[in-house]
Amino acid sequence: MLKLERRPAPSRLWTAATPVLAVIATMIAGGLLFAALGKAPVEAIRTIFWDPLFGEFASYSRPQLLVKAGPLILIAIGLSLGFKAQVWNIGAEGQYMMGALFGAATGLAFYPTDSVLLFPAMVVMGAFGGFLWAMIPAVLKLRFGTSEILVSLMLVYVAQHIMSAASFGMLRNPEGMGFPGSRNFQHYPAAFNSELIAGTGMHWGGVAALGAVVAAYVLLTRHILGFHIRVAGEAPRAARFAGVSPVLLTSICLGTSGALAGLAGLFEVTGPAGQITTDFASGYGFTAIIVAFLGRLHPVGILLAGLLMALTYIGGELAQLTLNLPSAAVQAFQGMLLFFLLAFDVLANFRIRLVGSKSVKGAGA
Amino acid sequence: MQRRTLLKSSAAALIAVSLAGPALAQDPLKVGFIYVGPIGDLGWSYQHDQGRLAIEEEFGDKIETVYLESVPEGADAERALTQMAMQGADLIFTTSFGYMDPTINVAAKFPDVKFEHATGYKRADNVSTYNARFYEGRAVMGTIAGHMTKSNKIGYIGSFPIPEVIQGINATFIHAQKVNPDVEISVVWAYTWFDPAKEADAAKALIEQGVDVILAHTDSTAPLAEAAKTEGVIGFGQASDMLDFAPSPRVSSIIDDWSPYYIKRVQAMLDGTWTSTDTWGGIGEGEVVIGEITDAVPAEVKAEAEALTAAIADKSYHPFTGPLNKQDGSAWLAEGEVADDGTLAGMNFYVEGIEGDIPQ
Repeated sequence: MLKLERRPAPSRLWTAATPVLAVIATMIAGGLLFAALGKAPVEAIRTIFWDPLFGEFASYSRPQLLVKAGPLILIAIGLSLGFKAQVWNIGAEGQYMMGALFGAATGLAFYPTDSVLLFPAMVVMGAFGGFLWAMIPAVLKLRFGTSEILVSLMLVYVAQHIMSAASFGMLRNPEGMGFPGSRNFQHYPAAFNSELIAGTGMHWGGVAALGAVVAAYVLLTRHILGFHIRVAGEAPRAARFAGVSPVLLTSICLGTSGALAGLAGLFEVTGPAGQITTDFASGYGFTAIIVAFLGRLHPVGILLAGLLMALTYIGGELAQLTLNLPSAAVQAFQGMLLFFLLAFDVLANFRIRLVGSKSVKGAGA
Repeated sequence: MQRRTLLKSSAAALIAVSLAGPALAQDPLKVGFIYVGPIGDLGWSYQHDQGRLAIEEEFGDKIETVYLESVPEGADAERALTQMAMQGADLIFTTSFGYMDPTINVAAKFPDVKFEHATGYKRADNVSTYNARFYEGRAVMGTIAGHMTKSNKIGYIGSFPIPEVIQGINATFIHAQKVNPDVEISVVWAYTWFDPAKEADAAKALIEQGVDVILAHTDSTAPLAEAAKTEGVIGFGQASDMLDFAPSPRVSSIIDDWSPYYIKRVQAMLDGTWTSTDTWGGIGEGEVVIGEITDAVPAEVKAEAEALTAAIADKSYHPFTGPLNKQDGSAWLAEGEVADDGTLAGMNFYVEGIEGDIPQ
């Protein structure tokens, strides 16, 4: 008989090892799934994990990894601060959309201009839009004790409707023949978030994501606020005695994650996506939740997790193209990753004992 | 000895390479498709995929097809198209309006690859556009609806207020009113192409208002499932035949059939005669098919609908023929005048008699 025994403190070794184990387990289970679908499992796994990095067309797909990972990392860093403090912002997708809308509206309001101040102003407005949208659940929680999980999630659907309304109304391209969608920022140089070095996939969103990783790392390890965030999450009562204001902390966590999600939206709409459309949001805000947990809420972990997630997207697409894998199989594969991660988390918090045996199995304890 | 073997083998390699040259030229034509939904949606993407299967059937091993499903519009579409072009696709069909700018961008980077974009208006030397005249089918549905309604109220579930959908609403109303001057039409906007829950809600709201004929410009079977719950309410299949709901509530259907167009374009590629074109086919070209009209419809109504279908098919009748006024009463088409394609493609007004506003 196996028995789970809670560890006094989570094992550091297992905390670091479980993401790697989860990836390996996903490869094995995914391989079985692909084999069951009649595809060569090793080839499928190689197509997903190897070809985008070192395959025939890697010179194209490597930069695309950055394009795809940038917004995921930027949003996940913001979310991780809140998650550490037990503040659950589930609505980053909505904040991402509102950031895109605020920023794009600012840019389009001044169309056509070639002022160098325009793009910085759009960046500020993008962050502000996301911040504002995240402050709604913050204020409601602090004032009326509502659950920020529900409110932030519901606001995603509200944001989706505003997005639709904007692409049919206020922000519709006057030269678009009556079709929905805003002007394309590609044809609006002062507002376009182009690649900083051609062919690298690195645009301002990627720079912001890297900046956020560094800033979050410094904040959490060197700054009193980072300490407060950690204490509030791990020992809420102790935090109160230590003088941490829950009002301030909730506002900071939600506000920061909202602003970062808004920035991600702004960089996406002015860069890779190019325009406001009804289908602008493609799930970055939700996927970022997976990235935050896959990265163990640690800034460097999130950086790696974001890149890994981007790899499964781009590799998954390649596998669809070259092996005719159905897209649902690729999505199931991504889902397995989170499933195995959470499952292996048991090893970090518990040790496994063989009941009725004297030997204690608990490697790394 | 060894050197000779080496020489021999390199000579063999050279011959192999020179043989491979012409062999490469006869490689099957690679045709790619990108779909906005899953191919199992039984609506829009499903019908495009049926077109893909039709070209496989038609051309056998002369071609090879690849596809990507559920590709979001925007940045992801641009990457998906680029990957497809790099993997050697020669002809790519991009089957949703939102792929327009990505298609144009990728086409500029791959001048040797031909692209076909559905429902858009931007073309280039290697980008064609194609669409179907769904409004022709709506004219037939409108005729049936006008005859069949007992409450004189027909309902229309619109997806998005874009010209294609507005054409459908106008065509439905014009032909319903022609056979039933008292008819009214209520429009509900679902703001989605495919969301069974929302579509069911829209149908429910219409039925509660007393509507007994429902048309949908959204792709799921939910409106028909909803209509089936109330005695005397009928509807139509949309995009695909939806025969599961026949003979009632599904009394007929508008089927998108892309096969004739896809076969024609692939043939043009094989013949080397492909050029950038703008195609807008309808019932006559076989792109819009009227599904079987069931026995729930009286024989004389069925005969009238079939006669109308035939007249549209042989181009002796155009569904937008004057006299027609715009909603505000201003003149649009004079007696006998026919709407031009430019106006239809940008249609942003209701015809006279329709209540309500188009959301802006």
